[in-house]
Amino acid sequence: MAAFLMPSLGADMESAMVVEWSVKEGDTVRAGDIIAVIETDKGLIDIEVFEDGVIEALVAPLEQELPVGAVIAMIKGERDTSATAEVPVVSEPAAPTPTLREPEPAKVQRASVDEAPRRRVSPAARRRAEALGIELATVPSRGPDAAITLADVEGVAGAQTPPVVRDAAPAGGMRNAIAAAVSRAKREIPHYYLCEQLNLERALEWLAAANAERAITERLLPAALLIRACALALKNIPGFNGRFERDRFSAAPSVHLGWAIGLRTGGLIAPAIHDADTKDLNTLMVALRDLVKRTRGGGLRSSELMDATVTITSLGERGAEMVWPIIYPPQVAMIGFGRIVERPWVSAGSVRACQVVAVTLAADHRVSDGHDGSRLLGEIGRLLNEPETLGA
Amino acid sequence: MNETTTTLSYREACKQAIREALDGDPRVFLMGEDVGRYGGCYAVSKGLIDEFGETRVRDTPLSESAFVGAGIGAALAGMRPIVEIMTVNFSLLALDQIVNNAATLAHMSGGQFAVPLVIRMATGAGRQLAAQHSHSLEGWYAHIPGLKILAPATVTDARYMLAAALADPNPVLIFEHVMLYNAEAPLEPTVSQVDISRAQIRKPGADVSLVTYGGSLPKTLAAAEALAAEGIDAEVIDLRVLRPLDVETLAASVTRTHRCVVIDEGWKTGSLAAEICASLVEVAFYELDAPIARVCSAEVPVPYAAHLEKAALPSTDVIVETARSLVRA
Repeated sequence: MAAFLMPSLGADMESAMVVEWSVKEGDTVRAGDIIAVIETDKGLIDIEVFEDGVIEALVAPLEQELPVGAVIAMIKGERDTSATAEVPVVSEPAAPTPTLREPEPAKVQRASVDEAPRRRVSPAARRRAEALGIELATVPSRGPDAAITLADVEGVAGAQTPPVVRDAAPAGGMRNAIAAAVSRAKREIPHYYLCEQLNLERALEWLAAANAERAITERLLPAALLIRACALALKNIPGFNGRFERDRFSAAPSVHLGWAIGLRTGGLIAPAIHDADTKDLNTLMVALRDLVKRTRGGGLRSSELMDATVTITSLGERGAEMVWPIIYPPQVAMIGFGRIVERPWVSAGSVRACQVVAVTLAADHRVSDGHDGSRLLGEIGRLLNEPETLGA
Repeated sequence: MNETTTTLSYREACKQAIREALDGDPRVFLMGEDVGRYGGCYAVSKGLIDEFGETRVRDTPLSESAFVGAGIGAALAGMRPIVEIMTVNFSLLALDQIVNNAATLAHMSGGQFAVPLVIRMATGAGRQLAAQHSHSLEGWYAHIPGLKILAPATVTDARYMLAAALADPNPVLIFEHVMLYNAEAPLEPTVSQVDISRAQIRKPGADVSLVTYGGSLPKTLAAAEALAAEGIDAEVIDLRVLRPLDVETLAASVTRTHRCVVIDEGWKTGSLAAEICASLVEVAFYELDAPIARVCSAEVPVPYAAHLEKAALPSTDVIVETARSLVRA
């Protein structure tokens, strides 16, 4: 039986609470199924399971703030015949999701969900486990009436060296969490920055032509082109797509492209478009619309918050001309796009008014150098200058 | 046991206590049914009438209400009466005097009148005296504000609690369990008085607290011994005072052992045992490592037939079994 842990949906997430179960005990689940809705600083997120199995126990009490790594459910794998719980390992902070907003007064529409049966834990054992930072789900019940007793907790405590004391997440942690994430980024990641002015003339002409035949609701936005260009460039130029963990960089095989989405209530979230490098423009556009809608309306999936391997921030029509991003750890790069502006463009000795965008790169100097970064920006520029290849 | 230690029976200890009181204070007198010429239905006061005369050891008519009421009047008038009621079952005939008068007058008079009355009575089963002579109703009295309720379970307490009770300005009820009268024990030579406020640990232990009082104490001590043979270290607490309850001592014990069995010859429903459980849950909930368990009498009027009577009462075996079930899976 495996313990399903409270996932880390970003380096800035310390805790969350389960507000609704989407499954009940005994249900069979497949990898990717949503088992619960959790409330985080980023709002309500649907949590997916990673493996096939049967829900053995819904452990987390509803509406109770639990630290990342806390056991929230026990899932029996299909080939798993063991009856004993594994000692859960605190999951690594995974995906980048810079957020910046006040927590919404998130009131959950609560479906009637069967309450998880409570494990028998003596009051003394419960208190001792809390003091020792031991998850009760990891403690075997050896006491009378199949209850967890002091002796059971102390048995586990004796086996742990040293016992890990987990602090409860600080309340009102949104700002703190953001602060922690960007502070960590600035403390740990030696950023370097590059900038390139890109002429979007051809790209926007191509886009206008493509959109001329489309219904308004199906029109492509420049963002889709930017995403497609970045995804392909990141695939072609190594060293920017992946994670830096435990003092080494691991390149990611796919480009799960985080896209920073501003919330109307303030703040932003950067959920991932999975496998952006293999999606065509239309698919990307659909995915982007869907992602924006769900980010603002609720229903983001945990994998979308955990899986991003690189992030783009695009300031859009009302943004500034240029942005110098802060990398979201453990990612190693963030690409920024300023507002598309009309500027004089000098080409072949003559000046023209052109639609121009400043693309910036903040990258981790432990992983790549300015030369690599220049190649990446050059590749993005090249691809945007050949929009017909992006549209293919 | 050294040479200065005297062994005496619980009955003899009660008698010595009464004798000492009669000797020491002219305001003290003993009153009750058959306490004089007959010597007391449990022979506690045998011979005292010869020593102290009829005015201080008074036989009364068979009217509990009358002689308890007379005792209250005497106490109000400055005497220090010791009223004996044959058994707790019969005390129900004096319930009005005890609950409506003795317990209330200090309060209703705004502290102007005290009722320094001591009522002794036998309680409990085990002598095949059937349902009307065998009940343990001390828990009822422990419900009543204005009363102090004592349950001496040892020879030493039987010997010295009476003096403390007489020294108390308010009514004190002393419950003597019928199965204890013949118990013999050395009187602790260094003890010449006891408190009537605290419970006492009769046997220290680490694994489970066995909380009891009165006639169940010997059974509980035997159970602790049997448990020790199994490797379970039980602590035995003798409540001694049923009202006010010494919850502090109980909570401290449970804080050490994290488990508790309450042994009470009263019935479980609405009982003193229930009160103890509730108090512990209130003050020591987070110390509990197992549900608090109770060993009480079967919820029937105490049977006459010996085997049924025995089966109805808390037994050492059941105490052992219950304690074990809290400690071991």
